[in-house]
Amino acid sequence: MNMTAAPAKKPKLAVWKFSSCDGCQLSLLDCEDELLAIAEAVDIAYFPEASRATQPGPYDISLVEGSITTPHDVERIHEIRKTSKLLITIGACATAGGIQALRNFADVEEYIRIIYATPEFIDTLATSTAVADHVTVDFELRGCPVSKGQLLELLNATLNGRKPNIPNHSVCVECKQAGHVCVMVAHGTPCLGPITQAGCGALCPHYDRGCYACFGPKESPNPASLTQTWQESLDVPERQVKLALRTFNAGAEAFRKESLKHGQ
Amino acid sequence: MANRTINVDYLARVEGEGAMHVKIHDDKLEEVKLKIFEPPRFFEALLRGRDYTEAPDITARICGICPVAYLMGAVHAMESICEVRVSPQIRELRRLLYCGEWIESHVLHMFMLHAPDFLGYEDAIQLAKDHPDVVKMGLRLKKLGNGLMTVLGGREVHPINVRVGGFYKSPKPSALKNLRGELDWALGAALQTVELVAGFEFQDFEQDYEFVCLRHGEEYPLNEGRLVSNRGLDVPISEYDNVLIEEHVEHSTALHSHRENGDICHVGPLARYAMNYDLLTPAARSAAKKAGLPPIVRNPFRSITVRAVEVVYAIEEAIRIIDSYEVPDKPFEPVTVRAGTGYGCTEAPRGICYHRYTIDDQGIITDAKIVSPTAVNQKIIEKDLWHFVEANLDLPDEKLKWTCEQAIRNYDPCISCSTHFLDLTVERS
Repeated sequence: MNMTAAPAKKPKLAVWKFSSCDGCQLSLLDCEDELLAIAEAVDIAYFPEASRATQPGPYDISLVEGSITTPHDVERIHEIRKTSKLLITIGACATAGGIQALRNFADVEEYIRIIYATPEFIDTLATSTAVADHVTVDFELRGCPVSKGQLLELLNATLNGRKPNIPNHSVCVECKQAGHVCVMVAHGTPCLGPITQAGCGALCPHYDRGCYACFGPKESPNPASLTQTWQESLDVPERQVKLALRTFNAGAEAFRKESLKHGQ
Repeated sequence: MANRTINVDYLARVEGEGAMHVKIHDDKLEEVKLKIFEPPRFFEALLRGRDYTEAPDITARICGICPVAYLMGAVHAMESICEVRVSPQIRELRRLLYCGEWIESHVLHMFMLHAPDFLGYEDAIQLAKDHPDVVKMGLRLKKLGNGLMTVLGGREVHPINVRVGGFYKSPKPSALKNLRGELDWALGAALQTVELVAGFEFQDFEQDYEFVCLRHGEEYPLNEGRLVSNRGLDVPISEYDNVLIEEHVEHSTALHSHRENGDICHVGPLARYAMNYDLLTPAARSAAKKAGLPPIVRNPFRSITVRAVEVVYAIEEAIRIIDSYEVPDKPFEPVTVRAGTGYGCTEAPRGICYHRYTIDDQGIITDAKIVSPTAVNQKIIEKDLWHFVEANLDLPDEKLKWTCEQAIRNYDPCISCSTHFLDLTVERS
């Protein structure tokens, strides 16, 4: 692939982690065929998961993984914003708060008590939130995890000063493009594809499974219509509707709002 | 050099957020702490009220590097509650998926995270400048591991094809056969890797560990087995909570673990290898011999060689499974929900990963406990650091610091995984 950057001086890249599973930054290391080309095109200035060498900012591109869950995170993300020309969030944790945003619907003190014997050792916020709730974000790359292809496209576009080609239509479009049979129409399998942003390549329908919304809500989704179909045509109990919307992108506004219609 | 403090504020080349703190007073070692400050994500709490069918995909999100460990722990626990027995073919496919994860995770660690230490580089990118062939071989091996996970699971990070009872869809024989050529190459590359890493210079650092791992008895352990140790432990996994106790300490958001008698134990490749040496394939065993590894390896710095031997094993096992693959009659066994408590314990690349769930008669999770291998290894890492620093007080700070980091990386700690675990409650001061 062509990863050649236009300017003579290589742009400085930083990769930051907040509350997350590491899977999205791992996706960068999983680009086995492109990794060395990326390292040629950019100066990897801060990426602790991969290197103990670090350079001070400012950075041209910061990739941020993870959600904001502690008072210290809030300070740190503001510092990162100040030192980054472009701040790009990667993955469902950074763009929607991740699975750990389920605490937003619960009592976090109780969560702490369930897990930790000495709650006073734990310093956490009551919510897990997206990076964009705290600072200006230049681009949000969705997914749990992000797609390697989209991550490469985003880096490539950024290095070449063009708009990344990352569609915000639904999984259904990808499903049709791939020629899969609709699992909801043909098999009655509840599927979140109609309200979920594309990016995975309609993986789950390809594996005879309904989409479970790793990439969060598509642009202008109509979740009320979909949940009505689930309940009326597929006999999905209300509790299941709520659970389906409350996973890795539970904090995304469209999913959050719709899920609250189906229970607390 | 009377009083020295050596701090690594943010450990590099590990998965997740940790730090190390060493305090030396009057040339005497006073304190060693592996600090884990990865923020808690409260998985055991957020699982309460969820359906039993959701546990695999939700807990996979604990770790992007070893999601299969969580998928497998959860499905085995739920199947034990609902008394589901999967077909031999599904069992084999699960092993194959796990082989993919072992290859991907071990190779990532050996080539990209650990080898740079031995060769004096800050990272694999720098290493690639002087030794491009080595790094390229590592990347190609890693890609093969990811390829196995992608064919079986749909994608390498958070595979989507695993469910309680089996898989959503069985792979086509042709999709698996397509990987055969690459697997043949990989076996040669893995043997070459054993030789390569065995040639590194190792610290002289033999330790007396209690190795805890699974032992199945007929195969090198991945998904199933009894909990055993070289000091006589031999119990079913349902006894886990009685033999490994967790406690909450101030400097870590990951609960520490110790044996019921207070002893600290060691989980991971060294433990598996020591307790299951007889079950390695002949090629893996002979590679180990050729590399100068005894049947029990007590030097944690040599764990990189043991990982390489396990990669040989995983590749041979993948070849065996693919060559004898027959499409299962059905991709999954139907599940009838019943109330109860169940256990899953599997061998993640970094060691045993334990799950316990209680579900009600509707299949709703009422209690969950998950213990990651790195959480268990925290104390042994601190103990290794203590012994290592004590024996090497004469090293200059920078050299001591780097070697301590390396001593931590011996365990391939996955800090993202180890945080946020559970339920328990032994308080000691």
